[in-house]
Amino acid sequence: MSYTVDTQGYYGPFGGAYIPEMLYHNIETLRRNYLDIMQEPAFQEQFRSLLKDYVGRPSPLYLAERLSAAYGCQIYLKREDLNHTGAHKINNTVGQILLAQRLGKTRIIAETGAGQHGVATATVCALMGIQCIVYMGEVDIKRQAPNVARMKMLGAEVRPATSGSKTLKDATNEAIRDWINNPEDTHYIIGSVVGPHPYPDMVARFQSVISEEVQWQLKEKTGRDHPDIIIACVGGGSNAAGIYYHYLDRPDVRLVAVEAAGLGIHSGESAATSVLGSAGIIHGSKTLLMQTEDGQIIEPYSISAGLDYPGIGPMHAHLIKSGRAEAISITDEEALKAAYHLTRIEGIIPALESAHAFAALDQLAYREGDVIVINLSGRGDKDLETYIKHLPDHE
Amino acid sequence: MNRLDRLFQEKKQEILNIYFTAGYPGLGDTVKIIRHLADAGVDLVEIGIPYSDPLADGPTIQASSEKALANGMTLDLLFQQVKEARQHTDIPFILMGYFNPVLQYGEDRFFRACVHAGVDGLIIPDMPLHEYEQVYREKLKHHGLKISFLITPQTPEDRIRKIDDLSNGFIYMVSSSSITGAKTAIQASQLEYFRRVQAMHLKHPRLIGFGISNYETFNTACHYAAGAIVGSAFIKQLGQGANVPMEQQIHQFVQHIKNPVEA
Ligand SMILES: Cc1ncc(COP(=O)(O)O)c(C=O)c1O
Repeated sequence: MSYTVDTQGYYGPFGGAYIPEMLYHNIETLRRNYLDIMQEPAFQEQFRSLLKDYVGRPSPLYLAERLSAAYGCQIYLKREDLNHTGAHKINNTVGQILLAQRLGKTRIIAETGAGQHGVATATVCALMGIQCIVYMGEVDIKRQAPNVARMKMLGAEVRPATSGSKTLKDATNEAIRDWINNPEDTHYIIGSVVGPHPYPDMVARFQSVISEEVQWQLKEKTGRDHPDIIIACVGGGSNAAGIYYHYLDRPDVRLVAVEAAGLGIHSGESAATSVLGSAGIIHGSKTLLMQTEDGQIIEPYSISAGLDYPGIGPMHAHLIKSGRAEAISITDEEALKAAYHLTRIEGIIPALESAHAFAALDQLAYREGDVIVINLSGRGDKDLETYIKHLPDHE
Repeated sequence: MNRLDRLFQEKKQEILNIYFTAGYPGLGDTVKIIRHLADAGVDLVEIGIPYSDPLADGPTIQASSEKALANGMTLDLLFQQVKEARQHTDIPFILMGYFNPVLQYGEDRFFRACVHAGVDGLIIPDMPLHEYEQVYREKLKHHGLKISFLITPQTPEDRIRKIDDLSNGFIYMVSSSSITGAKTAIQASQLEYFRRVQAMHLKHPRLIGFGISNYETFNTACHYAAGAIVGSAFIKQLGQGANVPMEQQIHQFVQHIKNPVEA
């Protein structure tokens, strides 16, 4: 079985492009051109050079010794938190801004949940001198205030999404509507492996630099190029897609996808899409999503703005449904506990999103001595307010 | 004969199609609204299936969908109401809705319910053309249902031809590159697009929608197509509440679109 996209834009039964005609021209232009552009030597050279000197890649692969000792295995952290702007999101925005320039676009729009993708987009727009508008749910604007300030300082306009749950789903709706209204000059930089084909594949390819590095870094450190287990949190699934990418066809590598259970899977306040979801269409893609019997999209909940999304990318829907990846759900409480644990034992404050991946260690079946790579997708600066609020519970 | 076929055979110009969201402003208003629209001389009605995430819609239709869902609208109830409305009028009914609710309801069950309720045609803006071609074209034909696809100023000529070949209903010309929402005037660049498509002499009749809000815009659209579709402007009117009875409100609205001088 293949886990990458097929020629029609599908991952098994998932994927495709379910879009109104108003988006057809732009999506079709992107579909026809993205692979050619990405394969141009000049593009690759510019992309690689920016990843190296601007983003600070390769990001380290760090053997977390005290954490390893606590779990009786070898745990390596892929330090995407050390990237410029503090998360994996910048890998994709560097790629897409170069692509947008080659498509002749002069205006950039993006959606953001935690604000990391918004900041990463605002950053590359500042770098290239291109106008930037970021849609962000009103709820998220409140809970990720530091990132809102960063985007503004970077010169981006942050537009609040006020419909629905006022979070990532609604910000994405607003960005899509903006693109419909501005079809000529605008490129939409989607921040995850979601949306109509070719976005899931394009974003996965830009993020695949993560697993490309893990291969040689792990070989240097352990003598073999693959771990036993890879763990990543899944909002839309871009950091997971990036760290799985070169291991998709290695069945001896277990892939673990960690979703946000919010207050508990069956509490009615959750974002555990693979458990609560069923096949349907969200943001132009056929995938698993949380919906009512009548096909209305359910508003999700998670303490983590970056995981507060009612769908997952079609690649992950396929990986999970076909049994290639295992899904684990982590509650707010468990994520907070894992964040404090990592901070106190390794001196690393993770993003709330990434903290979910660490909490999965407590639920995962593994053998003693297993080599586990966890994608530390971002740093926790943006979440300090939330962490401080919960500090007394963890003293 | 399908009521849409009959309409387009009998009437070649100034066809007025009015869109509203089922379940708005009140859950039980659907039948009343359709009856008043038919009585006021509207040629066909487009009944919107409310959806939580209407990607192609502006604030007015978004808000009406949200309200309709909060009122408790469901597909089953919608079909019941449409069926009841069908007892009162013989003008064509079109259901407009996003693909996801159709998939969850079950496509075949959905098509059967449409026929049973007296629906004549569908608009599903996010149904891919190739999926229609491969999966749904035969099914719709079997049920005697029409489907209309959208074209926009960005749709290339070869794709417009393909849509014309595959369609069995009217062609829905989106008037400009935009989401739905009332605008007050039609720009010169839009006229150029209207003329360009008019000159293609398509097999199917065209109706122009998005931004048609008053006599002027309706009248202009009618110069370049068989008629036009009014949505957001009508919903705004309904939302203004009832200083006057709904019947009078709807009659006045339709009269103002068709011919304000006589109104
Ligand atoms: C640090 C971090 N990790 C993970 C995510 C979730 O996104 P994805 O699943 O696309 O990696 C986000 C999203 O904002 C994030 O900021």
